Amino acid sequence: MNKYILIFIAFLAIGSTVSAQKTFYTKSGYIGFFSTTPLENIEARNNQVVSFIKTDKGSLSFGLLVKSFKFKNALMEEHFNENYAESDKFPKAKFKGTITNLNEIDFDKDGVYNAEIHGKITFHGVSKEVNVKSTLTVNENKLKGKSTFYLKPSDFNIDIPSVVRAKIAKEITINVDIDYKIYKK
Amino acid sequence: MKKTFFLLAIILFVFGNAYSQDLDDLLDAELDNTKSYTIATFKSTHIINSHTVAQLKKNHLNFIIYHRFGALSSGIKQFFGIDQANMRLGFEYAINDWITLGVGRSNFEKTYDGFIKMRLFRQSKGGKWAMPITLTYLGMSEIFTKPFDNPNLNNYFTSRLTYIHQLLIARKFNEKFSLQLMPTVVHKNMVKTVIEPNDLPALGIGGRYKLNKRIALTFEYYATIRPSNNIVEYHNPIGIGLDIETGGHVFQLILSNSGMMQEGGFIYGLNNDDFFKGDIHFGFNITRVFSFNKQ
Repeated sequence: MNKYILIFIAFLAIGSTVSAQKTFYTKSGYIGFFSTTPLENIEARNNQVVSFIKTDKGSLSFGLLVKSFKFKNALMEEHFNENYAESDKFPKAKFKGTITNLNEIDFDKDGVYNAEIHGKITFHGVSKEVNVKSTLTVNENKLKGKSTFYLKPSDFNIDIPSVVRAKIAKEITINVDIDYKIYKK
Repeated sequence: MKKTFFLLAIILFVFGNAYSQDLDDLLDAELDNTKSYTIATFKSTHIINSHTVAQLKKNHLNFIIYHRFGALSSGIKQFFGIDQANMRLGFEYAINDWITLGVGRSNFEKTYDGFIKMRLFRQSKGGKWAMPITLTYLGMSEIFTKPFDNPNLNNYFTSRLTYIHQLLIARKFNEKFSLQLMPTVVHKNMVKTVIEPNDLPALGIGGRYKLNKRIALTFEYYATIRPSNNIVEYHNPIGIGLDIETGGHVFQLILSNSGMMQEGGFIYGLNNDDFFKGDIHFGFNITRVFSFNKQ
């Protein structure tokens, strides 16, 4: 009988550790990218970004469908999908990483925190390690994440023909703006 | 002891499972549940002569110049068809992302045409109501303005009219290959002889295969259903083409047995030639899209 009590306690212990950590999530996050050259400005917005943050280890993940990037110019959108991002072949883009300064962030206390994130971006079949600075705002069980960073198309094996090279910036600005809520299964 | 072990195994099983469902799986599950529509089933609004399911985006205008030379088999006297030419000028304008209106003018029988192209649903993946195909309705009418062949007859204005109803059923199988079925009815108010049908049902098939990012092979063919007592020899429309895309333009180089480009002409097939005897028309379509959206 003692054994069963022991097991029961073990059971409870495991159960309580599971509920102690928080998972934040969204499936309507925003990621946009901008390319600015003297010849042409290109802007694309994606409002269907899925993202999760687990507070215990500070692990976070982002995922999006490349096709969900919307451009103002329909032809640009088609060229982006067909010729550059090849979204039929590589439909998803992902980021998996961790918050490296987790000890400076208290997800239970309201406030604005600077988070440093290290992780891997996978896009167009190529993975690249990046370090990104971001701001996290904790407000009553809600979490807001914002970040801006830069990526080079050439790092992701994206072939840009010489005719349009002058119209596409060497470095693309990526903006991330996400409102998280508590994830319930 | 056995029981304890058994219970422990169950606990490990339950929680082990809960842990193994990590962020990546959650992410994939959400993304796979997000609806995404198939794009660029066809690059151009026309395969060869037929419309494709490709819709212009709202407030975009497409200007198309169609050009067909005479038959290659006409020999050096006609410079292999270059001496003769049929033309159609087409304007297409999208009032929204799923309705396009168009007008055109062909020099064959001095025909004006107008059409409405409505996308009913799109091929999609993930989410609710994922569709395996794109379905588009196309309604057209044509009016020829050349003088009547027989001016002594009691000719009515309505005799000049032709109506076409068409369904475009298309599927993009992979990034290279798309196929489209085109059940069609052509109604002519006036036909040349009594044995010719006023209503001609036809089933078209067309497709494209991308050779690389900018060049694609295309084809189209219509099987027409004609009355068995027909004494006139008709040839079903057939064509192959090459699509070359250069930014805002699509160039389509075409070999076809039809010198006509409006549906009431080439599907009805009054003047189609015998493709396999070398009566092939070389031609091209040039398209240019203009955007009237405020940037």
